[in-house]
Amino acid sequence: MNRISKLLSVTAIVAASSASATELEVMHWWTSGGEAAAVKEFADAFNGTGNTWVDAAIAGGEAARAVMVSRLTGGDPMGAFQFNHGRQAEELIEAGLLRDITDIAEAEGWKDIVNPPSLLDACTVDGRIYCAPVNIHSWQWIWLSHKAYDDAGIPVPSNWTEFVAAAPALTEAGKLPLALGQQGWQQRGLFNVLFAALVSNDVFLSVYRDKDAEVAAGAEVAAIFGAASDARAMAAGSTVQNWNDATNLVITGQAGGQVMGDWAQGEFAVAEQVAGEDYSCLPGLGMTELLSTGGDAFYFPVLNDDAEKAAQAELAALMLKPATQVAFNLKKGSLPVRGDIDLSTANDCMQKGLELLSSGALLPDTAMLNTPDTADQISTLFVEFFSDPTITAEDAQAQFVKIIENAE
Amino acid sequence: MADARPSQLFRNKSAKIAAIPMIVTALFVFVGGTAWTIVYSFTKSGLLPRLKWVGLDQYERLWSTKRWIVSIENLMIYGLSMLVLVFVIGFILAALIDQKIRFENTIRTVILYPYALSFVVTGLVWQWILNPEFGIESIVRSWGWESFAFDPLYNADIAIFGVLIAGLWQGSGLVMVLMLAGLRGIDQEVWKAARVDGIPAWKTYIFIVIPMMRPVFITTLVLVVTGIVKIYDLIVAQTGGGPGISTEVPAKYVYDMMFQANNLGQGFAASTMMLLTVALVVIPWAFLEFGGSKKRG
Repeated sequence: MNRISKLLSVTAIVAASSASATELEVMHWWTSGGEAAAVKEFADAFNGTGNTWVDAAIAGGEAARAVMVSRLTGGDPMGAFQFNHGRQAEELIEAGLLRDITDIAEAEGWKDIVNPPSLLDACTVDGRIYCAPVNIHSWQWIWLSHKAYDDAGIPVPSNWTEFVAAAPALTEAGKLPLALGQQGWQQRGLFNVLFAALVSNDVFLSVYRDKDAEVAAGAEVAAIFGAASDARAMAAGSTVQNWNDATNLVITGQAGGQVMGDWAQGEFAVAEQVAGEDYSCLPGLGMTELLSTGGDAFYFPVLNDDAEKAAQAELAALMLKPATQVAFNLKKGSLPVRGDIDLSTANDCMQKGLELLSSGALLPDTAMLNTPDTADQISTLFVEFFSDPTITAEDAQAQFVKIIENAE
Repeated sequence: MADARPSQLFRNKSAKIAAIPMIVTALFVFVGGTAWTIVYSFTKSGLLPRLKWVGLDQYERLWSTKRWIVSIENLMIYGLSMLVLVFVIGFILAALIDQKIRFENTIRTVILYPYALSFVVTGLVWQWILNPEFGIESIVRSWGWESFAFDPLYNADIAIFGVLIAGLWQGSGLVMVLMLAGLRGIDQEVWKAARVDGIPAWKTYIFIVIPMMRPVFITTLVLVVTGIVKIYDLIVAQTGGGPGISTEVPAKYVYDMMFQANNLGQGFAASTMMLLTVALVVIPWAFLEFGGSKKRG
């Protein structure tokens, strides 16, 4: 901690030399406890440069995105805003509303430090860089409750196959085998995790990146739909809505496990659970150990005021400095975007993630490959699939193929 | 000429000036906005409106999307049931209150009160009441009827009726008050005459009073129907469209397409279809109602 604050002050002093007190409005949707603490690290660091961070937080990603887009298209741009990088911002860039920050990226040498490079690729359109990636979130985790398995008298599974095999014993012990929130994005997420973990990456990429409908109709994808229907049977008693309510079922031992991104870790931390003792995490469901590299990024709208432009540049550079990266990501529970910094204070699960990151067992995130439109169609499909056991895996796959065919 | 008889245009000058803002709003915002939406529904607009023509593609996709079909079906089921039941319940309540009962003010307030709550509150309250774990089902079970089951919101086949219950609870009060006002507007002499002729009360209501209340019925109908077509917040608060997609409605489809799926073209196509549906009902009715009365007048 000491070292962090020292580093922070060093950055502050260095940056202060070019300081000019400019107010910059920054919009984001980080409003939960851990998220707010993390974004405060950015704000403090930015204020340390002599500028002023004007915080404009809007709860809920969807609500926030709607406001951001209407502000941008309405000609009232903010100083900077958070987005999930990937295809969401594509059209804003095409419309020329976002600032090209290639010069800053080059001056700071982002090409060499951002790991994995796909993060920067997701910010790049036609060779120009438009966003500053700040963290990595990965979806491919299953969180297992030791209490649930102890109560049922069976060992904690170490991969998805064992997890499925253990389901009847859990049901007998009055537990829910799989906790799943009844919201489309969670159900789609579960499917995509199965997709990434159960078959080879080539299949995943040819369906989602190359939009190959033939592969999507093939036997390998059929196996994933089979696994999804196993998951549906295991989650049949799960009536909760929010992801953190589902996580809570795992924390309290009422459910065996939950497939959810690394942000679930925050819930375990708040409940004072210890990784490896109270709960286990298996990246890639214990089948194919890999992570997808989604995450958050900041975009900078085109502004006219020179002082504000300078402040934007300072903020962009600051966000990727080692000190801010460490401080921010420890609070957020996400992985840093640069591989050259020390995160020895991170817990077990985070360490596993860091190892995978450095070994390069990575997949691009679906948000970088699919448009929000395609993602929404897939969500609707899985909302139906998980709520209605009469839809067979074959029917669902046929609909999935249709979505992939029409996707761009 | 002009001095002798002021032009028709300048009569009631102040009234016309006062109406200008509304006329401008109606023309530019409503008519203009509607035209714009229809034009862009033939384009491939994503996050931002773009004039990339795709013909009827958006409509083809719309009508081959199961979620949209389900939405339309739900609106039909909800709309028809709501329309019939809210009128029946509202009128019966009004007729009962009209019997010169004691504490009329109190009862009227109690029944109208739900209307003062927003749909979001209504939706949440009924979500809890209909929740099997701590709502009606658990209460009845705690009384000893162990096998009692009442969980419409968790059964995809009847979930829309769970929403209907909430809608009725919220809307009946308003219909009752309007009907009551209508009933009070009926001359007492009519009742006396009917009584002298020995016509039973229910017949008086159906054959004499209700036809006399036509204007009130039309006002109420317009209020109720617009409320039905734009239903959105109740669904979002109560079921979120679930379980599955069993309580999706068109307005929610439009919103989700525009702001979640970043597919404006699809959202515009869906909202144009909603407008078309309303127009198909309203235009013939308006012709009958206003076109006819002019001739009579």
